[in-house]
Amino acid sequence: MNQKILNGILIDEKTELTLVDLCYACSSAEEWVVELVEEGALEPSNLHSIGKEHAQWVFSADSLQKVLTAKRLQRDLNINLAGIALALNLLEQIETLETKLHCLEISSK
Amino acid sequence: MDFKDYYETLGVEKDATQNEIKRAYKKLARKYHPDVSKAADAESRFKSLGEAYQVLKDPEKRAAYDQLGSNYQAGQDFNPPPNWDAGFEFNGGDSAGSADYSEFFESIFGQGFGSAQGGHQQRGYNARGEDHHAKVLIDLEDAYLGSTRSVTLQSPEIDSSGHVVNKQRTLKVKIPKGVKQGQHIRLNGQGSPGMGSAPAGDLYLIIEFNPHAIYRVDGNDVYLDLPLAPWEAALGASVKVPTPAGPVDMKIAAGTPSGRKLRLKARGIPSKEPGDLYVITQITLPPADSDDAKMLYQKMQEELAYNPRSKLGV
Repeated sequence: MNQKILNGILIDEKTELTLVDLCYACSSAEEWVVELVEEGALEPSNLHSIGKEHAQWVFSADSLQKVLTAKRLQRDLNINLAGIALALNLLEQIETLETKLHCLEISSK
Repeated sequence: MDFKDYYETLGVEKDATQNEIKRAYKKLARKYHPDVSKAADAESRFKSLGEAYQVLKDPEKRAAYDQLGSNYQAGQDFNPPPNWDAGFEFNGGDSAGSADYSEFFESIFGQGFGSAQGGHQQRGYNARGEDHHAKVLIDLEDAYLGSTRSVTLQSPEIDSSGHVVNKQRTLKVKIPKGVKQGQHIRLNGQGSPGMGSAPAGDLYLIIEFNPHAIYRVDGNDVYLDLPLAPWEAALGASVKVPTPAGPVDMKIAAGTPSGRKLRLKARGIPSKEPGDLYVITQITLPPADSDDAKMLYQKMQEELAYNPRSKLGV
């Protein structure tokens, strides 16, 4: 048993992930993540780099959640990439709406 | 071990066609997918659905299950009869990766599956190990103060004789101050070992908060319902307010109504831009359970001439 206390890296708003990081994190081929970007489901935070070499792409922390969700949606529900892009979009909208609703509920209590 | 009614899980009749079973599964899988549903039991429901479908979509397994299940009700204690599977042939086939099945499922269909697990793509001989993912449950206080958590991981590994065994290991991990719900902590090199001279993969821990008895969390911000006595709200007061980092004193202005949202700046989850703690006032009613208390209420009734329904026009 390993009793040493491990210090991890917190992936927060400031953390930048490369395309390779994302690919390993979701055990997917580079082409799959590139397709997600082309589908608009995912965006590098340095947008101007889209047309450039993939090695220059940098992603923000929420992209990590997105690729993982995308991977699970594809695996579990057999959704194609366009469908995944739509689902991610709608999920994001639902979350925004729920936060708004939550705030309204609190202030009208 | 309880008997599981897979037909009930999928909400179909016992004589449903394969097509009906497929449609029922797809519909429910979309509804209860843990990435889609916010329901607390979505993950376990989704697993049960997958297990039920795994059996009912396969005519061989379904026939075996039907034969076995004809005498059982859901939830009834179940023991598979000895040699019950004689005469059935399982080829395992398309087991869905790392899904974990119930004890009930394993007792019936276990043997055909072990070897089919995994299904990971093979990479070359010098390939970096795979990244792993695990969930860590922490308390809100841990996010304020930082803490260490023991994480127990199970990962399938191939032993020297080529069998897949579940290896358990425990890691002690530092939870840094200021983590938020849904954030990841990356532990470099704690994933699968690499092949050949390539480095090991990473381990990603996703942070989730245990539900808290008195606080609600929204991103960086924390919400608390604060009960006030009517006289505190009416006359103003200085009251003690709990925060996950310890109690603070807070001024309540005279005439504060119920439901007022008061902000304690930067008392939310700490970070470079710390969140706020929102206190929602709740005026509570002192019980009129003694003669003295009743007298006080009667006195207010006589002297205050207060109509709480004046705005309703009555």
